[in-house]
Amino acid sequence: MISIKNVSKWYGAFQVLKDCSTEIQKGEVVVVCGPSGSGKSTLIKCVNALEPFQQGDIVVNGISVADAKTNLPRLRARVGMVFQHFELFPHMTITENLTIAQTKVLGRSKEEATQKGLKLLDRVGLKAHADKYPGQLSGGQQQRVAIARALSMDPICMLFDEPTSALDPEMINEVLDVMVELAHEGMTMMVVTHEMGFARKVAHRVIFMDQGRIVEDAKKEEFFGTPRSERAQLFLSKILHH
Amino acid sequence: MYEYDWSSIPGALPYLWEGMKVSLEITFVAIVAGIVWGTLLAMMRLSNLGPLSWFAAGYVNLFRSVPLVMVLLWFFLIVPQFLRAVLGLDPTTDTRLASAMVGFALFEAAYYSEIIRAGIQSVPKGQVAAAYALGMTYGQAMRLVILPQAFRNMVPLLLTQAIILFQDTSLVYVSALADFFGAAYKVGERDGRLVELLLFAGAVYFVICYSASYVVKRLHQGNGS
Ligand SMILES: Nc1ncnc2c1ncn2[C@@H]1O[C@H](COP(=O)(O)OP(=O)(O)OP(=O)(O)O)[C@@H](O)[C@H]1O
Ligand SMILES: [Mg+2]
Repeated sequence: MISIKNVSKWYGAFQVLKDCSTEIQKGEVVVVCGPSGSGKSTLIKCVNALEPFQQGDIVVNGISVADAKTNLPRLRARVGMVFQHFELFPHMTITENLTIAQTKVLGRSKEEATQKGLKLLDRVGLKAHADKYPGQLSGGQQQRVAIARALSMDPICMLFDEPTSALDPEMINEVLDVMVELAHEGMTMMVVTHEMGFARKVAHRVIFMDQGRIVEDAKKEEFFGTPRSERAQLFLSKILHH
Repeated sequence: MYEYDWSSIPGALPYLWEGMKVSLEITFVAIVAGIVWGTLLAMMRLSNLGPLSWFAAGYVNLFRSVPLVMVLLWFFLIVPQFLRAVLGLDPTTDTRLASAMVGFALFEAAYYSEIIRAGIQSVPKGQVAAAYALGMTYGQAMRLVILPQAFRNMVPLLLTQAIILFQDTSLVYVSALADFFGAAYKVGERDGRLVELLLFAGAVYFVICYSASYVVKRLHQGNGS
């Protein structure tokens, strides 16, 4: 579904990504973790071409992201993305947030888009808030709307960049619950997170990054059992003791 | 001691009102055209395409470095000839109003584009990323997500610029076009009451601009920003 092949990226002279390669199969849930600044966000943004890269290639559902002929908006429309800071559109109501891309990008009718949007809103438990503006919701609620917004495009896979790290602790679980449910339904997911409870519960694989490199790429059981690299061991011992 | 005599004003009011309409017309056209052209300039300036960005930067710097009155004079000299050549207008057709509108619009666009550029940059980068991630094109992201938020942040600055513009329309007197200021001047000269008429015109400008600024200030506070 997503195959990342020898991707390298530079910001000027600074190399953020160093020869990163991995495969994510259909229905697989892969958690990406690693210290701050290791390039996790950069890597996940390369997958839907929000960030360009200079070397290597990423193929999503058979379509090359690096190919200049690829219609990137069309590709992105089918790849859902959830951001650390939600990024709902503050000048639109929740319903408008859920329908704008459906109508303008996918060309769905207003009725169809609204119906779909409200169904997803109900699914994340926020039907009562349809006519509010994002600023009137809590962080956890906004992030659930953001997930519903991504789902409204019928994505073939979902990318999450630290979806819970900007939330107050008491709101983390309501968002993780939605993500766990998605994983159980068989959604293909690439999730940057330090929530190891989530990783243990639903991840198939864990990728550990350090200084722009994929240092570990292992089945969940192996990763939590005996990570091979010292860096990963140290990292795990740090975050698991929190 | 100078003897004030205000008696020529009441009778001149209809004529002065005609002048005011010209001032407002120029202001309105220059605001609308200036914002549209200014938005395009701001988008060019922020684009990655070198030539577009340089053109916009050059344009803005040129117009911001030249006195407005000079720009207006150029346009009074150039636009009539241009219109005559292109539209085959009669040489006697009065194109002063059109020239003034074009001159103001092009001049104001340089100022508006700087306000709009700052407004676009004030929208968090994550909003652009979110719009793209949903499959929007550059144009859709701008139109549906970035510009609505940018304009919301910019309303007070745009209105303030509009107030300055309204005052600056008095500069069209260089073409003897009868805007409000020009009309007051003409009445004053005709009746030998220039001092009274100019004081009156000044008072009118003051009342209009001061009330407008007050409204803008209230709007700004109402926004909580
Ligand atoms: N636009 C940019 N220009 C230059 N350097 C950048 C830019 N964006 C990111 N970087 C650098 O690239 C490196 C990787 O950043 P990235 O955001 O991918 O890290 P991360 O693993 O997601 O970290 P975090 O856990 O803090 O989110 C960091 O050192 C960062 O400073
Ligand atoms: Mg990050």
